[in-house]
Amino acid sequence: MTLATAAPIEAVERYRESVEDRAFPTVREWRARTGRMVTGCFPVYAPVELAYAAGMLPVGLFGAGNQIEMAHADSRFQSFICSIVKSTLELAFVDRLAPFDALMFESICDPARNLASVMARNFPDRHVTYVHLPQNMTSPATVDYLAGEYRRAADELGTVSGHVVGTEDLRSAIGAFNGLRARLREIYQLRASSPEKISTAELYTLARLATLTDPADSEPLIAESIATARARESRPKDRVRVVLVGSFCEQPPLELITAIEESGCYILDDDFLLGWRLFKRDIAVDGDPFRALALAYLDGSVHLSTKHDLRQPRAAALIASARAHRADAVIFLGAKFCEPGLFDYALYRKALEQEAIPHLFLEFEEKMWMYDKIRTEVETFVESMLFT
Amino acid sequence: MTETKEIRYQGHLHELQKQLMGDYYAQLTAIATGRSDTKNAHLLIAGNPVELVRAFGMIPVFPEVNVLQLAVRKQSLPLIQKAEELGYAVDNCAYVKADVGLYLSGYQAPYGTIPKADLLLCNYVGCNVYLNWFEHLAELTGAPAVNIDIPFVRSADGEPSPGDVDYVVKQLEELIVQLENITGTSLDMPRLRRTVENSALVGEMWAEIKDLTKRRPAPYDAYFDSVTMMAVLYCLRGTDEAVTFFEAAREELSRRAAKGEGPLPEERFRVVIEGPPPWPFLRVFRDMFSRWGAVAVASTYSTVGGIWEFGFRHDPQRPIESIARHMLQYNLCNRTFLQRYDQMARYVDEWSADAVVIHSVKSCRLFSAGQGDMREYFVREREVPTLLIESDLEDPRYFSQAQLRNRIDAFFEALSQRRLTAASDAQLAAGGAR
Ligand code: SF4
Ligand code: SF4
Repeated sequence: MTLATAAPIEAVERYRESVEDRAFPTVREWRARTGRMVTGCFPVYAPVELAYAAGMLPVGLFGAGNQIEMAHADSRFQSFICSIVKSTLELAFVDRLAPFDALMFESICDPARNLASVMARNFPDRHVTYVHLPQNMTSPATVDYLAGEYRRAADELGTVSGHVVGTEDLRSAIGAFNGLRARLREIYQLRASSPEKISTAELYTLARLATLTDPADSEPLIAESIATARARESRPKDRVRVVLVGSFCEQPPLELITAIEESGCYILDDDFLLGWRLFKRDIAVDGDPFRALALAYLDGSVHLSTKHDLRQPRAAALIASARAHRADAVIFLGAKFCEPGLFDYALYRKALEQEAIPHLFLEFEEKMWMYDKIRTEVETFVESMLFT
Repeated sequence: MTETKEIRYQGHLHELQKQLMGDYYAQLTAIATGRSDTKNAHLLIAGNPVELVRAFGMIPVFPEVNVLQLAVRKQSLPLIQKAEELGYAVDNCAYVKADVGLYLSGYQAPYGTIPKADLLLCNYVGCNVYLNWFEHLAELTGAPAVNIDIPFVRSADGEPSPGDVDYVVKQLEELIVQLENITGTSLDMPRLRRTVENSALVGEMWAEIKDLTKRRPAPYDAYFDSVTMMAVLYCLRGTDEAVTFFEAAREELSRRAAKGEGPLPEERFRVVIEGPPPWPFLRVFRDMFSRWGAVAVASTYSTVGGIWEFGFRHDPQRPIESIARHMLQYNLCNRTFLQRYDQMARYVDEWSADAVVIHSVKSCRLFSAGQGDMREYFVREREVPTLLIESDLEDPRYFSQAQLRNRIDAFFEALSQRRLTAASDAQLAAGGAR
């Protein structure tokens, strides 16, 4: 760990193993403690508040990482489909999804959509909710549509949990996740301004924990962790300052993130777990909460590779982020076979070249466990940056 | 196995289609070269509002049709590579890459020149790549773009909610305003009704034509020959020419059906084919089936732009709502993967097929992601012999001829064997009973 000499962050130490554990210890513990149900939320963005308002715990379902051997799902999805689609299905085949009563998928890409169908067919006892997120961001009709879509999804989840979602339920769910997202924004800001105080591996562990626990539990843990990190007296090192994109859905192994940092980078911004911290500001808790949640997606969210907002080109947003973070370079870390990410890369590359911002293209798979090649590529890139 | 002699697949209809498509591309070329000031909109095949575009006197441009024709002419690879040099990945849909390459080559194709879009009308019907595609075209060309968002089917019965229909109708009304601005004319309602009526007529005839392959032998191949009709169905839907073409098609194919003629000397196997064809090797691929006497009696690919065979018709009395319904519900792409299983199962039963062939293409994850599960379903749950093979629809690098041929041969060999065994079992049983 790069910050071995700094005061350890307790939550990071405690949960480092369990955030990658596909026995889902935090989820099992919550179930046992509350006796309530759980919804697994496939990335990228799921309206988690709906599940929470139905009395369930929404949990991020980010495939199997490098924890499980593929034995069944490979025969269902072809070799040219990304890992997370296959490994999420594999988790179901090997009964690792036992703690989940319902699953939520969204219209992020074609493989994820077909996965929702395949999952529903093979495991009919576990409810699947499919949410169609809109792609016309400018029509005045979209907000009504999306509020209606959220009502429909809430009704479905309410039927599973036996708790009909009322206005107050949803308001308080939004409040809970507002609190969590504010903390996540805060910790991201801390890393952007003082990357020597908290590593990305630490930040990632905490953000990942937030997808696996009740916001009522994770919010104070993150607040405490921020306080510990702030109090550290680390000095900035001579490192290349980078903004990282491309990992918005399938997640790289934590060791890979560590390897990139240790190869001499400060990561100032990234799109890891982006769906869980999509909103730029708190969502209103007065008025119709379904509408508020819909409006937040349409007008209050950051750019995302699976949201095609013709008002804000993503390449321009990436350049803006690189400038705002005074980044020396951009690292594109894309999941292999991830079509939305790979398409974006073509636009990013053009924009980055135009702006003369150096960049490095890397591909990963969640199931990888050897990082030497990527480490060497990053080191070479860093050296070239430091010497120019 | 019967070794087929050189088969001539193409007849009168093909000639007629060539002529219509030639005229269509001549119109596009006239615009692109400044000889016509007709406005154009680029849009996508899956469930689209082409009737609105036509009602404004605009001409639709379909990038999918443009690039598939390049692939058929074996000219897609250099364009794909041109896009890859710009940073497009080997794993991105090759239709998009070929189109980007085509744009970078001045939009000059052997069949005509493509005009730059007056409007990039992205009808987001199922395929998420559509969104990327038109977003990239907007960046590259600077043309104005709009996304028409079509909620994917979420209900078990495939019905969109009233809210979904309302949402799409409202977006179409906003689109009308945009088209009015582009053309400087207001919507001519009688003209829209006529256009929609033409689509209804074509839909009706297309459904009748599809019904013909329920006969033995099927009068045409519902995969390979459908392609000829699909070009007109998509590029010219809503026009009088499309109606005339489909009248001719219905007549010719009905005549063949009445005479008991099929596309092959002998129909030995009736198959349902799922997935788009490998355009660069269409003929070679077809021959791999023909040599076994295998004829497609139905195909899912022929429903990408609309499903008419189960009863949907555009409605001139409610033109906008029926366009919305078509986009939401009556095309393959906006339906769930499991509804596709049901559609295919219906083909197997009602069109009396012996087997299912799944052609999995790397480019198109909309079609292919999860087809292993589909095979599992047909083999295990429905006990239908099912073959899963892989290549691509645009990129010739993924077509492995020898391997495909081996797989197809082995499959039909086994089917033949099965038939012989079943026949001798039946004989034995009959003998035993005597
Ligand atoms: S990693 Fe990419 S391709 Fe795979 S499910 Fe996520 S968004 Fe889709
Ligand atoms: S993914 Fe398939 S449907 Fe979508 S643009 Fe590519 S070929 Fe067409």
